[in-house]
Amino acid sequence: MTVTEHERAFITSTLSESRINLEIESDGMTLNLGPQHPATHGTLRIIVKLDGEQIVACEPTMGYMHRGYEKLCEFRTFPQVTTLVNRIDWLSHFANEVPFILAAEQLMGVEAPPRAQYIRTVFFEMARLGNITLFLGEMGLQLGAMTALFYAFRDREHVLNLLEAVTGGRFHPNFDRIGGLKDDLPKGWIDETKAVMKKIRGFCDQMETLVMGNEIFQTRTRGIGVIPKDVALGYGLSGANARASGVDLDLRRDNPDIAMAWKHADFKVWTHPDGDSFARYWVRLQEVRESTHIIDQLLDGIPAGPIMAKVPRIIKVPAGEAYVQTENPLGWMGYYVVSKGDLGPFRVKIRTASFNNVSVLPWVAKGLYVPDIVTVLASLYFILGDIDR
Amino acid sequence: MTALFALELSYWQETVLKVVGVLAAVLIPAGAFVQLFLFKMVSHLQSRLGPMEAGPHGSLQAIAEVGKFIQKEDIIPERADRFVFKLAPYVVVMTVLLVYLVIPFGPDMYFANLDAGVFYALAVSSVSVIGVLIAGWASANKYSLMGAIRAAGQLIAYELPLVLAVVGVVIQAGTMNLQGIVAIQAQGEIFGWGAIGNPFILTQFVGLFIFMVAIQAELTQTPFDMPIAESELITGYMTEYSGLRFLLFFIAEFAAVGAFGALAATLWLGGWYLPGLDFDANYMNVVGPIILFAKIMLVAFVVFWVRFTYPRLREDQLQAFAWKFLIPLSLINIVATGVLKVVF
Amino acid sequence: MSAIPGLVKGLGVTLKTMLKPAVTVQYPHVKEAPAPRARGVIALKEENCTVCMLCGRSCPDWCIYIEGHKTKAPPRRAGGKPRTVQLVDRFDIDYALCMYCGICVEVCPFDALFWSPEFEYSEPKIADLLHDKDKLGEWFETVPDYVPYEAGSEAKVKKVPR
Repeated sequence: MTVTEHERAFITSTLSESRINLEIESDGMTLNLGPQHPATHGTLRIIVKLDGEQIVACEPTMGYMHRGYEKLCEFRTFPQVTTLVNRIDWLSHFANEVPFILAAEQLMGVEAPPRAQYIRTVFFEMARLGNITLFLGEMGLQLGAMTALFYAFRDREHVLNLLEAVTGGRFHPNFDRIGGLKDDLPKGWIDETKAVMKKIRGFCDQMETLVMGNEIFQTRTRGIGVIPKDVALGYGLSGANARASGVDLDLRRDNPDIAMAWKHADFKVWTHPDGDSFARYWVRLQEVRESTHIIDQLLDGIPAGPIMAKVPRIIKVPAGEAYVQTENPLGWMGYYVVSKGDLGPFRVKIRTASFNNVSVLPWVAKGLYVPDIVTVLASLYFILGDIDR
Repeated sequence: MTALFALELSYWQETVLKVVGVLAAVLIPAGAFVQLFLFKMVSHLQSRLGPMEAGPHGSLQAIAEVGKFIQKEDIIPERADRFVFKLAPYVVVMTVLLVYLVIPFGPDMYFANLDAGVFYALAVSSVSVIGVLIAGWASANKYSLMGAIRAAGQLIAYELPLVLAVVGVVIQAGTMNLQGIVAIQAQGEIFGWGAIGNPFILTQFVGLFIFMVAIQAELTQTPFDMPIAESELITGYMTEYSGLRFLLFFIAEFAAVGAFGALAATLWLGGWYLPGLDFDANYMNVVGPIILFAKIMLVAFVVFWVRFTYPRLREDQLQAFAWKFLIPLSLINIVATGVLKVVF
Repeated sequence: MSAIPGLVKGLGVTLKTMLKPAVTVQYPHVKEAPAPRARGVIALKEENCTVCMLCGRSCPDWCIYIEGHKTKAPPRRAGGKPRTVQLVDRFDIDYALCMYCGICVEVCPFDALFWSPEFEYSEPKIADLLHDKDKLGEWFETVPDYVPYEAGSEAKVKKVPR
């Protein structure tokens, strides 16, 4: 069998990489974390070069879950893209739809009515709850306290049930439409939601006692994986990762022109100066509590009105380009939508938060022990679908 | 033990009986722990029900698990050292079985009444470190190797607090014979009041605390389960084992919980004796094991309760905890015990 | 040592949870009813379908297969012209492909597709997941009425054409 030049170069490059594994190394060991590994949340491959148990070099390899979203979007209409886009960061379902719909609405020149904006913001915050409560339990699991994860799933069920009562789907609501929302809230939903918010606050207290207050957890996370402020900004970290390094940046507060209802709620942006793994856990815990308060405030002040603006039945978005980014649970998510006046977008570029959050890994991993890289991976909190799209 | 049935058995018949007895003594607690604690107690701790389908309320799940493990394919990695790979589970199981030999279950219910019972039990339990090490090395897997090396360091480091905590009891009891220690606790008096005997938990509570922490580490349970560390090393040194070999490791782990629990119950909680019962009676040979079993369950409950609540310590933090905190504390305990023994 | 309270409190949390009843619902012995709006399966009201193909075209997975034919129906009034109507020959939804997005239900202008919260239709063979016209008509009995809206809503509650 003859081998082409291209194939030969490929084989040599992979062989040289694998040669590191097969040689008898006298100066350390190369370990492959993944793509199937309990610590990487999904199919992320991290090649670490070890000296004993200390990491000398670290290289994350992404792309094992690439689904070709941006290409898929080129051949779908706007409602179909909304459906697909739910699945990029599957834990914060609704939050993926919002920036895309807002970009399309910007191109069309419509704005959703106030009631739709309020309900959109409520669902956005509920997506944040669903996502970050899982994180609070899952970080405990990565560090050994698997009980925390079960509590997280138990209390997250309530949020998913609320979502199902309105949208019909627990995981993929597919509820946002250009001009507003698909349907209005069913009777009794607001009271149910307020009761669930109390439960989530109780869950936060439980996590504070069980995980955050645990001295072993603190010993494992304090001072581990410190990311200083300038490094965080340099690598483009966003969301709770940046806020835990002292960067006071929250698009909900800093971007008031966006057609969402955050400006009508009074909330605090939590930052922490340390930048270690404990700070990232702490910031997210406070953010969950803050989200429950935002939802309570918005539901108290929800205006009456229509749920959908006047848009034609078959939507053709006029030609143009728009970029909208929002403060998603994982960080900043932005959609750059280019439309040529068709039923569907011409090109969609998706800026996801986890891609940048993972890129800081080689910098942070130097000098850490292998258990610490697990702590750092857990605290940076990325979703593979978000990295690879 | 044969006195119970007033039989005259020849030496080989007695040996067979003892072998069967030790297997029962090991497997029954191990199975009970797995079923009751691992499946049910932990499930309720995590707000779920656990296995419910196999038998009423899932009570036959442990037997189903055994059947499942037995019928699995025997996979040995290609580059593994075959003989050592196969040997490792047996080494670990054997050491646990050996610990049960010296534990008294009743006034005449024991397999061997050694005068240096405590010394023997602790010495034999540390042989399992070798089993863990050879399992990790022979697996030809980097993760297993890392787990084995962590285990070696951890298990050896925590042997010292284990032994030193027991030394306090031995000083207070004045004997290393486990049956003798039970007798002293049963017939002792606290400042002249003999109603509940003198269980050493009252005076040796520091020693019990150190012992409980040390056995948590010896059993590689969270917060000391770095060698297994599920989210990093999958199952550490046991990663490449499947089927019956894994079952042996599993049984060894839970039987070791029973063995150390039995040691803790005998040395601190009064062993097979409850105050109010007749020490030498023949019926104690039946009631004694039940009482000891209940005490073992209590100790195991604490072990599993701590296991499923706490996250795990990193290896170097673990070592620092042992060397810089537990060992000095146990030395202080020994000094205090010695002084108080002379004074009182 | 100030370290003790945090560790002890954590033990307290787990002990308290152990003493409370577990939250597990033992499916299939006990079944929880999903919300009325839950997207379980799509039901078809054949009389309303005019084979406009909007649903088939808007499906992101292209899992709806529709075939129809034109025929003449009797005139509405005596003496009028016969009307051309389209009748459905084949309307299959392949639930192995369906994403449960609901675009087809939303887009249908003639109220022929509805959501039903039924979800227990898994099959041992993938081919059996193709539900044909009759099976989709059977699901129509399980379609619940639309729920009333929260106060402040201007939306009108639609009626399911039974």
